Amino acid sequence: MAITDTDVNSKIQEEKVEEKVRENEEQAILRVENLHTSFFTDSGEVRAVNGVSFNLPKGKVLGVVGESGSGKSVTAYSIMQILADTGRVVEGKILYKGENILDYSEKKMNSFRGEKCSIIFQDPMTSLNPTFTIGWQLREAIQLHTDYKTKEEANKRAVELLKMVGITEPERRMKQYPFEYSGGMRQRVMIAMALACEPDILIADEQTTALDVTIQAQILELMKELQKEMGMAIILVTHDLGVIASMCDEIIVMYGGRVCERGTADDIFYRPCHEYTKGLLRSIPDVKNMKEKLVPIGGSPINMLSLPKGCAFCPRCEKALKVCLENAPDEMEMPDGHYASCWLNVKKEYEEEINAENQKTAGKEHA
Amino acid sequence: MAEEIRNDAPLVEVRDLKQYFDVRTGAFKSKPLKAVDGVSFDINRGETLGLVGESGCGKTTVGRALLHLYKPTGGTFKFDGQLVTDKNIGSMRRQMQMVFQDPYSSLNPRMTVEDIIGEPLDIHHLYKSRSERHDNIMALMQIVELNAEHETRYAHEFSGGQRQRIGIARALAVNPKFIVCDEPVSALDVSIQAQVINMFEDLQAILGVTYLFIAHDLLVVHHISKRIAVMYLGKLVEIADADELNSDPVHPYTQSLLSAVPIPDPKTARAAKRIILQGDVPSPLNMPSGCPFRTRCRFATDQCAVEMPELKDRGSGHMVACWNK
Repeated sequence: MAITDTDVNSKIQEEKVEEKVRENEEQAILRVENLHTSFFTDSGEVRAVNGVSFNLPKGKVLGVVGESGSGKSVTAYSIMQILADTGRVVEGKILYKGENILDYSEKKMNSFRGEKCSIIFQDPMTSLNPTFTIGWQLREAIQLHTDYKTKEEANKRAVELLKMVGITEPERRMKQYPFEYSGGMRQRVMIAMALACEPDILIADEQTTALDVTIQAQILELMKELQKEMGMAIILVTHDLGVIASMCDEIIVMYGGRVCERGTADDIFYRPCHEYTKGLLRSIPDVKNMKEKLVPIGGSPINMLSLPKGCAFCPRCEKALKVCLENAPDEMEMPDGHYASCWLNVKKEYEEEINAENQKTAGKEHA
Repeated sequence: MAEEIRNDAPLVEVRDLKQYFDVRTGAFKSKPLKAVDGVSFDINRGETLGLVGESGCGKTTVGRALLHLYKPTGGTFKFDGQLVTDKNIGSMRRQMQMVFQDPYSSLNPRMTVEDIIGEPLDIHHLYKSRSERHDNIMALMQIVELNAEHETRYAHEFSGGQRQRIGIARALAVNPKFIVCDEPVSALDVSIQAQVINMFEDLQAILGVTYLFIAHDLLVVHHISKRIAVMYLGKLVEIADADELNSDPVHPYTQSLLSAVPIPDPKTARAAKRIILQGDVPSPLNMPSGCPFRTRCRFATDQCAVEMPELKDRGSGHMVACWNK
């Protein structure tokens, strides 16, 4: 009797979990499954992204954090299909509302870029054309992607957009060139351009890294407001843990082209389950205890040309096991949508199981 | 060493430092750009003074002017009680060195590590024989935890963090008392930053070096500095003990600067109230009259437009330049 009860219970639970997964998938506006992106260079294949999977729920801010060379930008570029000539997605799926965008024709992809998904780059100076006025460049994006086809309509819309991102005297500013704008203003223009067609997804690739803190605060605040207003989902690619903590609902930590850990902001900052995440958090000054010595991660960043066989972080990991050298760990679910790929978690779980069993047998013997 | 300990006068005394650059505004016209305009501060022996501010505020220029990498327009700089002038700067540089921001462009790509680190030794004739030179270089590489076998390699063969170590070894070669660190960690990844910051701290503990630590990352500066000076458009607006400045900033600019720092802690970040500054930093060619910050200041009054407030001590060395606070 008791056995069937637990059976039923577990079945109900399984169904619940499945339902939850389905719900998540339905809510996810963008799903990346087992993405592999490689660059084919003279010195060999560089596996920049090695099996990245994540869901981007509608209207949420997803932070992608990692060091240089962790593959965070390449992941973003793969979604937009704007990789360099030598780069190619070799495996995996990128599903936008259930459709794999990797199957899109060039024409369809062009309308996906801009209309459904926009990107803001790190350096606003090199991503604006210095030989055209700001107005001209905004108009180009608007006429290309939206229904405002005439010059007057597009102009009107451009002024609206500039106002929305907080540029004063937009009519006069339209006639100016990028060099007449400050760094923060240029970044505002980039945001205006990206939002011209009210995309569902906005990718921000290190967009505030080149800015001063006070200007960065302005831009982040603006992004938050616009997100509330327009409800788009944002993928925020950055190496700054401070920006991530103040902006993101969900976070992906990347290292060596793989996802180490993903979960909510609280999961990552307060319950990190991957040695790299832990190391990263230890190596920034603690706000509450400033004079405490930092604990750096030893060694140097990974060389993408010669990836280790097992876990990418293994050569720098203090707690590495034998198995880490040989096999890359699979993603394991910590409770509630918090995933980590680390053998130590597997070991811990196994040990706990054995302990529990030992206690059981010990208990029986006593009885 | 014993003498130094007895001597409790500040190691670095800067008074009214000015650094103007001529900027051509027309065919025959030029205008002074006041990059640094009347900056005064002291740094005690073995202390780290953090210098923070936004880009273009002149913090790097202060560091460079001290080492006469530019010819200062005005002001005095006393090092260890001795006035630094154009004439004696050559020998004075044996006691003060600099670590630069960009570990990629501050090392000569055509020189081996051995020659890069050895160059200051050559310039100041700090060895008697080739073998002594070599031993010195080996010792320096060991101090900064570089593999001694790599002495014949070129700079491009190293990662960013290792290059910064080479830069530090080069600065340490002459056994200086004072090092100007100009954004030494901002080009590095977070995990490598911590390695280099720890190295700076360890070197200070062992060798007793004094630092002027210039950076824009306020968390890092707070961590490493004993005192912090805040700069805005070529002027110092506040100097205070690092902890005091962070817990109790007085100048409106410092307040907004600190509130703008993204805190790597979700709960604190969510609760934080930001003071968002309106507008951008004015052009240093077109400085506002009086206090340079008044155009973005929440508390600005008529008086601010007339006269620049002096840096005044508010007790226990907390200096602030503001009329209204």
